[in-house]
Amino acid sequence: MSKDNQILEDLNSKEYEHGWSVNFETDEAPIGLNEDIIRWISTKKEEPHWLLDWRLKAFKIWQGMTEPAWANVNYPKMDLQALRYYSAPKQSNKPKNINEVDPELIAIYERLGISLNEQKRLQGIAIDVVLDSVSVATTFKETLGKLGIVFCSFSEAVKEHPELVKKYLGSVVPMTDNYYAALNAAVFSDGSFCYIPKGVRCPMELSTYFRINAANTGQFERTLIVADDSSYVSYLEGCTAPQRDENQLHAAVVEIFAGAHAEVKYSTVQNWYPGDKEGKGGIYNFVTKRGICAGDHSKISWTQVETGSAVTWKYPSCILKGDHSIGEFYSVAVTNNYQQADTGTKMIHIGKNTKSRIVSKGISAGKSQNSYRGQVQVMKRAQNARNFSQCDSLLMGNQCGAHTFPYIDIANPSAKVEHEATTSKIGEDQIFYCNQRGIATEDAVALIVNGYAKEVLNQLPMEFAVEAQKLLALTLEGSVG
Amino acid sequence: MLSIKNLHASIEGTPILRGINLEVKAGEVHAIMGPNGSGKSTLASVLAGREEYEVTEGEVFFQGKELLELSPEDRAREGVFLAFQYPIEIPGVSTTNFLRTALNQVREYRGLEPLDAVKFLSLMKEKMALVEIDQKLLSRSLNEGFSGGEKKRNEIFQMAMLEPVLSILDETDSGLDIDALRIVSNGVNKLKSKKSATIVVTHYQRLLDYIVPDFVHVLYKGRIVKSGTKELALELEEKGYDWIKEEVDSTATV
Ligand SMILES: Nc1ncnc2c1ncn2[C@@H]1O[C@H](COP(=O)(O)OP(=O)(O)O)[C@@H](O)[C@H]1O
Ligand SMILES: [Mg+2]
Repeated sequence: MSKDNQILEDLNSKEYEHGWSVNFETDEAPIGLNEDIIRWISTKKEEPHWLLDWRLKAFKIWQGMTEPAWANVNYPKMDLQALRYYSAPKQSNKPKNINEVDPELIAIYERLGISLNEQKRLQGIAIDVVLDSVSVATTFKETLGKLGIVFCSFSEAVKEHPELVKKYLGSVVPMTDNYYAALNAAVFSDGSFCYIPKGVRCPMELSTYFRINAANTGQFERTLIVADDSSYVSYLEGCTAPQRDENQLHAAVVEIFAGAHAEVKYSTVQNWYPGDKEGKGGIYNFVTKRGICAGDHSKISWTQVETGSAVTWKYPSCILKGDHSIGEFYSVAVTNNYQQADTGTKMIHIGKNTKSRIVSKGISAGKSQNSYRGQVQVMKRAQNARNFSQCDSLLMGNQCGAHTFPYIDIANPSAKVEHEATTSKIGEDQIFYCNQRGIATEDAVALIVNGYAKEVLNQLPMEFAVEAQKLLALTLEGSVG
Repeated sequence: MLSIKNLHASIEGTPILRGINLEVKAGEVHAIMGPNGSGKSTLASVLAGREEYEVTEGEVFFQGKELLELSPEDRAREGVFLAFQYPIEIPGVSTTNFLRTALNQVREYRGLEPLDAVKFLSLMKEKMALVEIDQKLLSRSLNEGFSGGEKKRNEIFQMAMLEPVLSILDETDSGLDIDALRIVSNGVNKLKSKKSATIVVTHYQRLLDYIVPDFVHVLYKGRIVKSGTKELALELEEKGYDWIKEEVDSTATV
């Protein structure tokens, strides 16, 4: 009893460190959402007609949809007509390469600890950065180009590789999929595009960094990753936003296509502004992420570390269509203060001998609510499908909540599906044990939490894992003792 | 080095320690014995700073500092080490990682540079030999799935790594077979120095054949009711605790 009560009084979380914004000149769409705005965006981006038509069709569909209410989250309804759907930093001429990018933009990213200067980058990670609505820089383009790898902003891909975009856009997440996916299809502004040709192993991590800078602006990026037969790519996504009192909307779509024997690893460290200690402000993160293992023996692996956002609604999923294909989902979702997360995955087994693995680690502190929602579906044709799910929840204090909603749906009796779930509290005796060896309470919490999340953190590329560990510790700072 | 004066402590309003007095000097080994429930672990926990226990009266000085004023981590950094009767499991955290964090925080407190990976590893190797512990055990999750004996051995390994000034061993002998007992005691004996002291909590005299105490104290109902030398332990072994209980209870005024 002694510590529990104290935990609750002592909620004094570390201020969000990326909560600054920069004033620079922008090209902005008028506030509101209608067909004219969509035309405005499409014209601004000099898009071909087929894409404008695609957007308008999505808008029609979206108008007939209602906001989903099934998730275990509570938030005041957003007025989508009060948002701005396009905001781009003004650049006199389109930059051809990194050296032509406005130094002020580069400075923003330097401040986030992301160096866009190719010479300075030690880790060999190619980065595409998206600020508000547009992609401002892509690094290592030439190195990748030699291997036939395309890694560029979505807008550029529309211009340079229209046949690829046309073929795969909306093929994994159709515009009809859900309310936010339809909205995204109508108004998406930019994002990253990546194509790995047959038989090519991408030699470096590809990474996209998203930042929302402008006020009252929604960010609707779209990422499309296509891994052709027998190729491999590891892709990282990071994000931050300034600290603002109003809630901001982020509704992204990520589509992954994996051909036969191809493998895609997609890792996210989500650090959108979570709102303040009283629950004011923060990002609404409503994201649709899905991959299709289209070819036999293909593999898609999602790893996510979710530390940010006021509200998170996100279910990275795998459609296991190819025989012997594998889907994986590794997740750590931590919530503190008034954050709410409803996240999980869907594994849809269609092909024979398909396998999926789900490891979800929820951590709740403060007055937050953390829900895991997962679906394992085995279709009739999916002979010998295998799934293993492990869903653990760790509670800190007694004012937070952890919830698990597993849905299992099996149409083929040969399927083997295992589900394990545990709920534990971070123990006073564990903290005391650490203290007794000279470890301060904050560091003890970090140690225990990182140990708890280890299986997921191990999936991340090294540099990212270190960052993720620090983020977990920061998010939970002040939540015990 | 350690001076406990009229220490009273209670848990959830129930008094457990009811006036402990004890002086421990550098270089000494003190054994604390007593029947189950007499307050031995409570005393160890209060010295280490466990929050559940409320100190209601008394003082404790450790190397001139008021021990009870310090946080648990600062007590550890000052050199107080408790080998737990029931070591705690921390899933996903290896002993190695745990000790590296601990050792570097202790070093920082003492104004020393952190040990780099190479130096840390060579220190580990040296101490591993001392308690004959397997490296494989040290890369597993701390105490998770360890046998009783492995847990105790791991406690003494941690003690060896942290080089404390005052070591309190709470029932370190329970759960050990005779070979493990010998190895663990050997380790403890090798770690003894003129500058450090050890408090051994046990209710069997068996351990004291290996770790020979300078003084033996009997704790009963929250007080030290008898003190003596090693011979007292032998006497207890032979006669049990009943004669002491009777002696105390017949004169009790509580
Ligand atoms: N958390 C607790 N709540 C209530 N009583 C406790 C608690 N911990 C210990 N006690 C009581 O305090 C007394 C002393 O316990 P302890 O110090 O563990 O004894 P010993 O180590 O000598 O066997 C016992 O009567 C025990 O039941
Ligand atoms: Mg005990």
